[in-house]
Amino acid sequence: MDLAPFIDGSYGVAVVFLVGIGALTYLRYRRAVRRLAAVERR
Amino acid sequence: MSEKLLTAMPAQRTGAWLHHFANPGRFLRLVQPALPWAAAFSIGLTVTGLVWGFCFAPADWEQGIASRIMYVHVPAAWVAMAGYAALAVCSLLSIVWRHPLADLAAEEIGPVGAGFTAVCLVSGSLWGKPMWGAYWVWDARLTSVLVLFFLYLGHIALIRAFDNPAHGHRAAAILALVGAVNLPIIVFSVQWWNTLHQGNTISFSGSSKIYITMLYPLLIASVGFYLSFLTLVSARMAAAIMERRARNLLVAAAERG
Repeated sequence: MDLAPFIDGSYGVAVVFLVGIGALTYLRYRRAVRRLAAVERR
Repeated sequence: MSEKLLTAMPAQRTGAWLHHFANPGRFLRLVQPALPWAAAFSIGLTVTGLVWGFCFAPADWEQGIASRIMYVHVPAAWVAMAGYAALAVCSLLSIVWRHPLADLAAEEIGPVGAGFTAVCLVSGSLWGKPMWGAYWVWDARLTSVLVLFFLYLGHIALIRAFDNPAHGHRAAAILALVGAVNLPIIVFSVQWWNTLHQGNTISFSGSSKIYITMLYPLLIASVGFYLSFLTLVSARMAAAIMERRARNLLVAAAERG
């Protein structure tokens, strides 16, 4: 049995999850910082 | 000094200590400067652990290179369980002491923990197919981790299910505390029942049944996953605090004008 697809698949799922949630969290954090700064400037 | 006052003092000190760290502004001041460093360390350690495990870790004598799935599966499983333990602690703090940050932490731990549990389940399934001949079997370890995933999903849904957010947080906290009984079931399932899933390989009290060249990348990937979880939850909590603060300022401005 070729094991490579199973190994690649499990690493792929982990990397996609970590990169995805990392990017979403970063975008949310950056948006929150900008929004708070804009509201405080008013 | 009366006996009543003397017995009340330690409780007051405990409350003061808790409330000192329960301040969202103080949390923000502590976390914001640390976030870039925490992110850098979590990325560095996770990448090192995964690349080491994927490219350089030796193949197992019995499982061959399929054992390399371990460097994803085991850290994800550990973080999934530690995340739920943190969720239960936050729920306890929320119910007993009405800790303002505890509700916030519980709300942000849910999605991140569910994600790590999903990674654990998918990677375990992909490991099971070449080893057991099936992607899924209803054995005690797999089923209890699936229950953990559903508990996370239930918590995420329940916390947002009420018009009054306080009611949602309270109901979700009770679910998280009741669900904590699943954690020892996951840990000891391979000892209590005859499972297809292998027994515990790594022991923190006795000798581990893993060769040192496999243990190092596993530990590095695990520390990377733990740090990633901590960084993600802290960043999401900081973002939530800033979102609330901006909303409150807007409301206050609207009420004035």
